[in-house]
Amino acid sequence: MTDFQVPSWGYWVMGVGFIVFIALLVAYIHKNRGFKRPFFASPYVLWLIVFTVLPCLLVCYFSFTDPAGNFTLDNFKNFWDSNYNARKAIDPAELDTYLSMGLTLNDLGLARNSINIDTLVFSLWMAFLCTVICLLLGYPAAHIMADRDFKLGPTLVILFIVPMWMNFLLRTIAMMSLLEDNGLINTILEWVGIGRQKLLNNTAAVQVGMIYNFLPFMVFPIYNVLNKMDYKLSEAAMDLGCDKWHTFYKVTLPLSVPGIVSGITMVFMPAVTTFYISRLLGGGKVQLFGDLIEAKFLSTSVTEWNVGSALSLLMMILILASLGLLRKADPKGEGGGIV
Amino acid sequence: MKKMVSLALMMALCLALIPAHAAQEVVNVYNWYDYMDEEVFEIFEQETGIHVNKMYFTTNEDMMLQVEVSPGAYDLVFPSDYCVERMISKNMLAEINFDNVPNFVHIQDSLKNPDYDPENKYSVPFMWGTVGILYNTKLVDEPVESWGILWDEKYADSIFMMDSMRDTLGVALKYLGYSMNSRDLIELKAATDKLIAQKPIVKAYYVDETKDKMVAGEAALALIYSGDALYAMEKNEDLDYAVPMEGSNVWIDPMVIPATAKNKENAEKLIDFLCRPEIAQKNCEYIWYSSPNADAIELMGEDYTENKTINPDPDVIQRCEFFHDIPDDKLTLYNNFWGQVKNAK
Repeated sequence: MTDFQVPSWGYWVMGVGFIVFIALLVAYIHKNRGFKRPFFASPYVLWLIVFTVLPCLLVCYFSFTDPAGNFTLDNFKNFWDSNYNARKAIDPAELDTYLSMGLTLNDLGLARNSINIDTLVFSLWMAFLCTVICLLLGYPAAHIMADRDFKLGPTLVILFIVPMWMNFLLRTIAMMSLLEDNGLINTILEWVGIGRQKLLNNTAAVQVGMIYNFLPFMVFPIYNVLNKMDYKLSEAAMDLGCDKWHTFYKVTLPLSVPGIVSGITMVFMPAVTTFYISRLLGGGKVQLFGDLIEAKFLSTSVTEWNVGSALSLLMMILILASLGLLRKADPKGEGGGIV
Repeated sequence: MKKMVSLALMMALCLALIPAHAAQEVVNVYNWYDYMDEEVFEIFEQETGIHVNKMYFTTNEDMMLQVEVSPGAYDLVFPSDYCVERMISKNMLAEINFDNVPNFVHIQDSLKNPDYDPENKYSVPFMWGTVGILYNTKLVDEPVESWGILWDEKYADSIFMMDSMRDTLGVALKYLGYSMNSRDLIELKAATDKLIAQKPIVKAYYVDETKDKMVAGEAALALIYSGDALYAMEKNEDLDYAVPMEGSNVWIDPMVIPATAKNKENAEKLIDFLCRPEIAQKNCEYIWYSSPNADAIELMGEDYTENKTINPDPDVIQRCEFFHDIPDDKLTLYNNFWGQVKNAK
């Protein structure tokens, strides 16, 4: 565990900082005879510095240092070869004894191992799958809800929102008891005559959990865009001889691209960093990249924080890169997304 | 102006309240969830006038981090045994003044001077127990005598293992005839291979969920702590518990005082109070783990002594081991091998 604690003088610094802050505030008000607009941004700036910029810097710092605080690239080498740190930790004399006995690194379980990369690729695949399925399920749903002739639309919107009033962990735990061997779904399946199926503790269960949790994040950005769209445009297209399919394909779909882009971002990002859903629904047998990082930070071993930081940093870079790509599709940010 | 005055008065009032609150004697307790009969604290408050502030943690790792980063926040902590070893080596613990804990005499001699605190200077046992197999007698006909049953293909997709590095690796080590505290590369590798081979027949790796899933009849066998086993057995009478003949882990959850504690004497008073036989009995009957308190056991009588899960035979204890803290370089190996198990396809 890495020592990182607020020293006793830290509280004094905080106290003095607070007094200085108040003094500056008073001076500012006095000078400007009131508040100017940028002043109101200061709480957000402070918030961002404390909760976004500083943590990011800490992650960078940890990923490029060893537990003693010296610069090192070992954490990244350990990403490439997950046994790198283990090989370094072992006493060389002990290792030589084993090697001279004719055992190979492979026999010792210390040969190059690509756990981290495999898990990352697997996570990206799962997130990709989740995003595609959410889009396929979510777009028609959003389209129906935004349809002006469909009276139940607003009710559907409410029905989509209601589950989100509950914490996602509770919903996932509820899913767990629905899917288990003696759970509700299996009981029904047996009653119908299909027989019990293995629904829990596998990759499919994790995927279903992810889709269930992230679907609203796909539906609502698309719904918002479709809802705000000028319906006269599609009426005009129909007047000019377009059939229903062509109206959708030529008018509605292109106009809803910003919503789609926003939806993809909002689903892909949490999906690729998921970690708790996989543990609950995968029974601890399905490991995503998020689980890997979590395990590093919950460990008591000193090097693990640094290794975990390097993994987080790589993940952040990956997400930033994919956001950059998506931004190209919606340069004006019309989808109201965070791209 | 009137508003400003009232605001100033409000703030002054708030300030006045702070010292009034601080003047009361307190003890800050940091414990596992649901690991104490809360009534016990009420009795303590009535008797001594010391207010008990209750705080909770869910993992040892989390607890150690919190104790480190917020010095002075906690006066009495309930870590697991191997963590005590680590906390002692990091100078995180205060020596307990046993003159203030006369009720320490009630603690069983076999649990005094444990391996993790050889001179018994820093800790007092609170509860103890074993790790074993919880099994469903309707699904398991044979007697459960060896860890090998967890590797039996017959029970494929009907076994819960623990999502806990030390416990699960420890069981594999024990099954192979090694020590649960092995630091030997070859032995660890063998245990890892054993667990990877077992993975296809494991239904899930759980910790807290195991007991409820076993009650629901979701699996035939599960690796479990004795306390959780008793909870499950009370709810489902088909369940039974066994400690395999190869031996297992015996653990103690002790009470310790962090070096940075601000109310050390109050913490000692509370430790003494919790060692009082009647109070230890009350707690034991609530938590239903094994009690280290010899006189409390006498008070509980046959209900306790006849229960083999809570009160295992001495020869079972003989075969069990305590967990020791693993030094950092070897811990990297442990983490690494556990990672290989968890990521095996």
